[in-house]
Amino acid sequence: MRRFTSAASYSLFCILLIAAAHGDWINAYIQIVIMFIGINIILSSSLNLINGYMGEFSVGHAGFMAVGAYITSVLNVWLFTSSQVFGPALLSPSSAILLFPVTLLAGGVGAALAGLLVAVPSFRTRGDYLAIITLAVNYIVKSSIENMQVIGGARGFMGMRGVVNSMQDVVNLPWTLVWVCTCVGATIWILYRFVNSTYGKGIIAIRDDEIAAEIMSVDTRRMKMTAFMLSSGLAGIAGGLFAHVLGYINPGTFTIMKSTEVLVMVYLGGMGSLSGSVISAIGLTLILELFRPLQVAKWVIVPLLLILLMLFRPEGILGNRELTDVFPRLRRWFSLQERQP
Amino acid sequence: MELQIFMQNLLNALQWGSFYALIALGYSLVYGVLLLINFAHGDIFMVGAYLGFFIATFLLGQYAFGLPFALDPTFIFIITLLFTMILTAGLGVTIERVAYRPLRRKGASRLYVVITALMCGLILENGNLALLGASRRSFPELLPKTVYDVGGLALSNTKLLVIVTTIVVFVLLETIVRKTKLGMAMRAISYDRMAVPLMGIPIDTVIVFTFVLGSSMAALAGVLFATTYPVLEPYMGALVGWKAFIAAVLGGIGEIRGAFVGGFLLGFVEIFVAAFFPSTLRDLIAFSILLVFLSIKPTGIFGIARATKI
Repeated sequence: MRRFTSAASYSLFCILLIAAAHGDWINAYIQIVIMFIGINIILSSSLNLINGYMGEFSVGHAGFMAVGAYITSVLNVWLFTSSQVFGPALLSPSSAILLFPVTLLAGGVGAALAGLLVAVPSFRTRGDYLAIITLAVNYIVKSSIENMQVIGGARGFMGMRGVVNSMQDVVNLPWTLVWVCTCVGATIWILYRFVNSTYGKGIIAIRDDEIAAEIMSVDTRRMKMTAFMLSSGLAGIAGGLFAHVLGYINPGTFTIMKSTEVLVMVYLGGMGSLSGSVISAIGLTLILELFRPLQVAKWVIVPLLLILLMLFRPEGILGNRELTDVFPRLRRWFSLQERQP
Repeated sequence: MELQIFMQNLLNALQWGSFYALIALGYSLVYGVLLLINFAHGDIFMVGAYLGFFIATFLLGQYAFGLPFALDPTFIFIITLLFTMILTAGLGVTIERVAYRPLRRKGASRLYVVITALMCGLILENGNLALLGASRRSFPELLPKTVYDVGGLALSNTKLLVIVTTIVVFVLLETIVRKTKLGMAMRAISYDRMAVPLMGIPIDTVIVFTFVLGSSMAALAGVLFATTYPVLEPYMGALVGWKAFIAAVLGGIGEIRGAFVGGFLLGFVEIFVAAFFPSTLRDLIAFSILLVFLSIKPTGIFGIARATKI
């Protein structure tokens, strides 16, 4: 029974949320904040797979996000809307509602392939040198997009609003919110199952000791490749959602600044704690929104708060524990699998 | 390409590389001792340039209160350089004391200190933006610009100054690290951090000294940069800082020689890519070269792969 409580309660929460958004009980601003929270949850928990569970230091997550955002947006605008760049719609706009998950997934796959750019050098490199490679990949992605004039170059790319509108014409629901909710649930579920599976424990083994892991017959190359591709693929999906929430993307969004934001969420929540990532993604997004009236001073106060937090809790909010470890009673309700004593 | 254009580009690359080298040095020094990527370093460079600006304009008497007598601009330049280096070193040490040392004492994971460094950089950047506003400031021209003509090459005195200073600093730092007792202590800490305090070496003093060295070099780079490109803005340190970090890693992080070679190499790549290709492709090609290079030689030019014990 309790195997389903977490899934059931999450679905119930999402249905309530979507109903509230559909019935205009919460205004558009709050809806957008909620969607950003969802996107940040996907980003931070997927980066936690690399930086927390595998112990690498990836600083280029926004690059993969950009790949996903651009692939999904270009596909959607090309297929479902008539634009000046790509001419008339190839498919009928009403089919967007069915094919949106496919294009979202295509963006994820594209980002996962971009993740290979990092995964392959990671066979030989670790630590700070790998950090530079991820940084370089971030810059390469941003710079290549800036140089592709077909998709707008540095001016950015728009037209995703039309896709969302055509989905809403068929069935009147807040579709971006629906997909954000679905993807957040799927991400957490995939990552949770992955890191708790026997196969996924190889990643934690690599963090603890790579050579020992290899001796214990963990295929380290394969594990690294899986981890990097999974992480960047999820980031790509987050990027696709981000593009459709905003309706406009430009390469300037996906700079090292964005990567830093995600990094902070991961380390704030605690390395190797999935629930920590979720909590810190929610918390940080909310704090950034609350301090918005302070304008520039926001970016002084928030880092200051984070430094103070680091001084008092140098291991992040949850350390490398999960919420169920901190509050064992929760385990009575939420447990996807039995833990061995 | 004609030889003359090539030589001119070479000079530009030397100058551009000098800035990268001077900043990369701060990364490498701190990394060598603490294994910490001090991401606030690019912004320390920015603060250095701003401090230089305020000291120079004060000495030039551009404020309501000023010196009762006028000074020679060259003399002002030297004083500005000295005071900026001292003040910026103070800033670097303050950051170390307030943010990094408590974390180190608590035995936090290295990466949390890195995140704290990122946050310090953000505070410096945006604190500057909040205090001084987004308007750009132009650095006063202290050294009268003279352009020498050497065999058809235009060689300005600032360019010469930048390149010569960088080489002097390189020699100086190599001497400090290789020949003095403090330098020996620095190398010892990077070799074995556990054993060094047991030998009676005051580890905190050495760390503070490292930060003083690194930050004053960033200040030097800041003032020289502002003399060459006299436009100051709060985000000037961010991109240059990241690129200098890349230069430090390219050379093999933790090595002073590496920082210099890496800095110049990055300067060459950037200038020559911009000379042959459209300049929008500069970042793309420069970083692709870096990616390929690091895939082939993962520890940088001078870096030594450490043997892993089981």
